[in-house]
Amino acid sequence: MYDVIVIGAGVIGCSIARELSRYQIKIAVLEKCSDICEGTSKANSGIVHAGYDAKAGSIKSKLNVEGNRMMESLSKDLDIPFHRNGSLVLSFREEEREILEDLLQNGLKNKVPDIRIIKKEEVQHLEPNISEDVVAALYAPTGGIICPFTLNIALAENACTNGVEFFLETEVVNIEKQQRNRSSNYQIQTSNGRFDSRIVINAAGVYADNIHNMVSENKIKIIARKGEYCLFDKNLGSYIKHTLFQTPGKFGKGILVTPTVHGNLMIGPTATDVENKELTTTTQSAMEEIIAKAERSVKHIPKRQIITSFSGLRAHTEGNDFIIGEVVDAPGFIDVAGIESPGLSCTPAIGKFVAELVTDIDIIPLVKKIDFISTRKGIPHIIELPKEERDKLIKETPAYGNVVCRCETITEGEIIDAIQRPIGAKTLDGIKRRTRSGSGRCQAGFCTPKIMEILARELQINLEDISKSSGESNLIIGKNKEIGWMNK
Amino acid sequence: MESFDIIIIGGGPAGLAAAVAAKEEGCNSILIIERDKELGGILNQCIHNGFGLHTFREELTGPEYAERYIERVKELNIEYKLNTMVIDINSKKQVTAMNKTEGHFTIQAKAIVLAMGCRERARGALGIPGYRPAGIYSAGTAQRLVNIEGLMPGKEVVILGSGDIGLIMARRMTLEGATVKLVAELMPYSGGLKRNIVQCLDDYQIPLRLSQGTEEYFSCDTLLLSVGLIPENELSQGLGINIEKITSGPIVNDQLETSEEGIFACGNVLHVHDLVDFVSEEASLAGRNAARYVIVSAEMRESLAKINLIELISGKGVRYTVPKYINPIKMDEVVTVRFRVDKVYREGSIRVTFDNNEVWKRRKKIMAPGEMEEVKIKRQDVMSESKLQNITIEIIE
Ligand SMILES: Cc1cc2nc3c(=O)[nH]c(=O)nc-3n(C[C@H](O)[C@H](O)[C@H](O)COP(=O)(O)OP(=O)(O)OC[C@H]3O[C@@H](n4cnc5c(N)ncnc54)[C@H](O)[C@@H]3O)c2cc1C
Ligand SMILES: Cc1cc2nc3c(=O)[nH]c(=O)nc-3n(C[C@H](O)[C@H](O)[C@H](O)COP(=O)(O)OP(=O)(O)OC[C@H]3O[C@@H](n4cnc5c(N)ncnc54)[C@H](O)[C@@H]3O)c2cc1C
Repeated sequence: MYDVIVIGAGVIGCSIARELSRYQIKIAVLEKCSDICEGTSKANSGIVHAGYDAKAGSIKSKLNVEGNRMMESLSKDLDIPFHRNGSLVLSFREEEREILEDLLQNGLKNKVPDIRIIKKEEVQHLEPNISEDVVAALYAPTGGIICPFTLNIALAENACTNGVEFFLETEVVNIEKQQRNRSSNYQIQTSNGRFDSRIVINAAGVYADNIHNMVSENKIKIIARKGEYCLFDKNLGSYIKHTLFQTPGKFGKGILVTPTVHGNLMIGPTATDVENKELTTTTQSAMEEIIAKAERSVKHIPKRQIITSFSGLRAHTEGNDFIIGEVVDAPGFIDVAGIESPGLSCTPAIGKFVAELVTDIDIIPLVKKIDFISTRKGIPHIIELPKEERDKLIKETPAYGNVVCRCETITEGEIIDAIQRPIGAKTLDGIKRRTRSGSGRCQAGFCTPKIMEILARELQINLEDISKSSGESNLIIGKNKEIGWMNK
Repeated sequence: MESFDIIIIGGGPAGLAAAVAAKEEGCNSILIIERDKELGGILNQCIHNGFGLHTFREELTGPEYAERYIERVKELNIEYKLNTMVIDINSKKQVTAMNKTEGHFTIQAKAIVLAMGCRERARGALGIPGYRPAGIYSAGTAQRLVNIEGLMPGKEVVILGSGDIGLIMARRMTLEGATVKLVAELMPYSGGLKRNIVQCLDDYQIPLRLSQGTEEYFSCDTLLLSVGLIPENELSQGLGINIEKITSGPIVNDQLETSEEGIFACGNVLHVHDLVDFVSEEASLAGRNAARYVIVSAEMRESLAKINLIELISGKGVRYTVPKYINPIKMDEVVTVRFRVDKVYREGSIRVTFDNNEVWKRRKKIMAPGEMEEVKIKRQDVMSESKLQNITIEIIE
């Protein structure tokens, strides 16, 4: 019997698990994929929003500003890249000023620090490559950019270090409520056996409605709203410094142009509701749309420098706000659903908020651990280390001297680290999210055979069993000449 | 700091030929740095026949061709480091590299030859929409998997793009028992060599579909992309060397010297070649000039640098030329100018004009973007024309 089971190892589930791992309770996280960070948390804008956008008074607004504030120390504790680059909401015509003003007022109500409206000249000063058409902008210096992958992964690793058990490839298929007054418990049927828990936390992303509806008569519905992106070469990383939004208006919400925390340029996302919750495809029309719209914000979008495109699914609800709280007809069952944007920004605040909820509903006693480890050290990026440190590491572990990914200069040592960590990588994409190997301009053309070899060696598995990502995505079908034999 | 007269970055056919030529020119302090576990470059994975027809008058496989140069490098006692990635070159000609045994280190050079080869264009650069499943490889990555690692990516294959590597992989996958359903090309002509279309597709009845503007569904477990090669010039860009937009390679003069004095470039890093023989020839020139550069005194160099250069202009139908400039004083007896045409020409002519005077013209049955063309510029012709400023190369239809 677990005290708490969290369903979903996205950034939200992992943040909650880590927060609860401060207490002397038995916690498990159940995840259907073969790795953490396989859902929405791996495909988003990576923006830590300042918090002027969410409607004043909503749960979103409160958690966003708080999450933004907490992100600084969290990123230090977890050793992940986070940069407060500031954000600008651009307006392109005088009529839009009013909207900008409304945003400012909303932001002030939300207590967003230091926001103000700035004139064209100041915008141009901040961003020389901005479009000539800009007339003014809302400037929010606390806006930031973060690595969504390592945020998710670091939270999970740290939770694991503090005793949280992670069960991957464990899909929740049914939940039964066993109610005895307040002391209810839940039997969770999964593809990997049964789990029992006193408290269940539903952080299943776009599938949170399925999970919720297993235990409650008050059904909820999550709509998957797709957002598509283009990612550009690092050559363009310094094209702009701030995250550039467009004033929401006639043309919809607009699209953003931003540097990523790793120094690429990114544009997107679109917003299209889709039936299929696995439909993370990109489309020609969306690519054209975002490029056209991005060109309203900046002078020139060099299409030739696109290195990849991708899409993610927002967990949208009709109420347009997060659903966080104990389910009325399911005591001890807590929904953390509808966590669409700015969910990533809210991550630390949601973790804290849900931990308080668990305290409040008082099903299990929460006693703080004395030996909670609040920090986690990331995988060293050898090439960026100071010379002495680098030399020392290579001397101790020569694999740190062997460059495997030429575009991002990632070494064999870093890849071995990614595999050997708590909840280590088992797939090519898992390595990529943890080290950035394969995420550069050649998009894994160079490093794929090398990483396959390292994965096979470290995990002691056959090359045929190595996959690109979760699910059936094997990279090869076998050895040479075997194929003819197989066909017979 | 350890130092060498010439450091060669990359131990493929270009780097090897440059090293051999530099040594034969009298330079005794040469180092080749190669990131792979063996010398030979991309040739190691090209196990098919067809290399060396020009150089050795016989048909060799890629590894056999490379072996001839590797042996020569060993005979001449040229030093090389394997498993070593060069990560930076600075304007003082200091080369920083990394490997397992020496860690992160810097070596001083007097001259540098860039011979890093090229990489393949990836899916993202084409903007192909859809899912991001496993089984999509660039043709060269698949070639490495099949030919070096002995692994098969799949058994039902579609190939996008008709570059040489794609064509060769169509045959290779077929020989390994896979079914290659189609080679699809966006353009109205193939980007590959004619002989590869015949020997790799026609002989195996693999359909090649050129631009049609139609849509059709093909199921496959493997999609190979053969959609272009890009010279790998990250290091050159870090140095601030001028890069030619069309080739994505450094702009060079007839010595194959880049905009940075004493830094030479050759092979696929300069412009993408179809035939390794030309790579070797070009690289020998770069190696020889690097050696001369090291030997020649600084004053001599300076006075030569003051000479007005002749610019080669890519006229109608010509996409680019290598070299881009000729130094009339330094130039060899004959300078080979290589270029590519912008579309297929039947019965067209190549014309060379010195300023406004036509000096040379030759008819060709067929010219195509997939096959590199060349013209020879003679020193004696250049010298007989005083104050020559431009040489234009163009195609007459
Ligand atoms: C296009 C786009 C752009 C965005 N941009 C930003 C931004 O810039 N800034 C920002 O703050 N936020 C942004 N967001 C929002 C942010 O990405 C999300 O709020 C956040 O990632 C949600 O995390 P999660 O953990 O709730 O969901 P997920 O990451 O989807 O995690 C849910 C997990 O549950 C698992 N799961 C589902 N069903 C089951 C089951 N039955 N059994 C077991 N496991 C299950 C899934 O496999 C998944 O791993 C954006 C979102 C999108 C789509
Ligand atoms: C698939 C394929 C098929 C071909 N078929 C034929 C054919 O049938 N006949 C024919 O004549 N020609 C053929 N060619 C062409 C010929 O092989 C190439 O033009 C030739 O290999 C190019 O030589 P290179 O030395 O410039 O580049 P490469 O062979 O690519 O060598 C470059 C070397 O530099 C190294 N390097 C790069 N960066 C660094 C760094 N930072 N630090 C250290 N080392 C580095 C690389 O590891 C590599 O070994 C083919 C080419 C390919 C790719």
